[in-house]
Amino acid sequence: MKITLFTLTAGLVFSCSCAANSKIIATGGTSSIEGSAGGGIVPWAVINGYASSGEMAATAFISRVGVDDFTLNSVGASLAYDNNWEWSVARQRFALDSIGGELSQNIIAVKYRLAGQLLYTALPQISLGVQYKKLHDFTLPQAVGARDDSGLDVYLAASKVLFNQVAGRNLLLNATLRATKANQTGLLGFGSADNNNYRLMFEGSAALLLNYNVAIGVEFKQKPDQLAFADEQHWRDVFVAWFVNKHLSVTAGYVDLGSIAGLNNQQGYYLSVEGAW
Amino acid sequence: MRWLTVLVLTLITACSQTPTPSLYQQLGGDAGISAITDGLLYEIEHDNRIVHHFADTDIERFRRLLAEQLCEISGGPCTYTGGSMAESHTGFNITLADYDALVGHLIKVMQQQHISISAQNQLLALLAPMYKDISYR
Repeated sequence: MKITLFTLTAGLVFSCSCAANSKIIATGGTSSIEGSAGGGIVPWAVINGYASSGEMAATAFISRVGVDDFTLNSVGASLAYDNNWEWSVARQRFALDSIGGELSQNIIAVKYRLAGQLLYTALPQISLGVQYKKLHDFTLPQAVGARDDSGLDVYLAASKVLFNQVAGRNLLLNATLRATKANQTGLLGFGSADNNNYRLMFEGSAALLLNYNVAIGVEFKQKPDQLAFADEQHWRDVFVAWFVNKHLSVTAGYVDLGSIAGLNNQQGYYLSVEGAW
Repeated sequence: MRWLTVLVLTLITACSQTPTPSLYQQLGGDAGISAITDGLLYEIEHDNRIVHHFADTDIERFRRLLAEQLCEISGGPCTYTGGSMAESHTGFNITLADYDALVGHLIKVMQQQHISISAQNQLLALLAPMYKDISYR
């Protein structure tokens, strides 16, 4: 996959001299923990990086979520072309700090803009995304009742910037519908022994752009609760993102992941750094 | 203590009676809009991505019409005398990237002119929807 991405990058770079980064700062959002452009935990309709029409861009990110009994480390990269296409890869390592052990999965994703322009059309920007997730070691997820070690998430996202909304500031609203079988976003496998159906989940974000470089926001991610061994709850966070320039952004947040694997009240920090070219 | 109450009340009343300045005033009136227009022309001239669109443009006329338009849409005492956005951009095939580039320049110029974020966003709110009339024609 890395080689494919590299070839693709090289191919696009040489076929169009177009790393012009014309998009307005912050309009690429940031890399979510799954590698798709969005907020921290919700994929948005925006395309990663600053490639406008006819241009291409690349991003790379590293992030960490630290809650009471778990730590999630994610790294990933993406390619964007024409402000229409986004290809991304991410690797998540989920450390079970107090239980012991680690879960990890790879995520390969593609996003395509179907309609609308985030800033310029009354219609929100609407994108369709697909994320293929595959666990490295299925032993633990299988033991707690998961059916599969891989799964496909499909989401439809709508994002819109509304100008001059709160104290003269611009407001970004995003709504995402995701069809998924994932338990704890896939870290605990997909489906359960008695259920292999897709579930439709709602995810939402709102971010206020204090100026061109700083945004504050909230996110909500509805999650299914399919495994009998423990409750799974919805996720939420508040964040501040600092778009230093079109090449560097830093996001910090406070997350509430609810109950995970029988351990309740998992709250803590979120930190992410993204580079864009 | 009483004089303080009177003073505070006077100040509050004075503030609440001050009419909100129009966007035109917030942009600095005629001088402010001239400065924005000139700044934008400078940025366009130095941007290889979009300068070719202006190869056959009568810059003096463009400058006058742009200033008129900014003045009119911001509530100033002007009348825009140019053609419609759709008419005047037909044949140019203005792309999303071109539009993004120009908006980026406008933001840079407004920042240089120290225009408030609120006024900048009010102007962007008026200009952003013109995308559908300007692009890909």
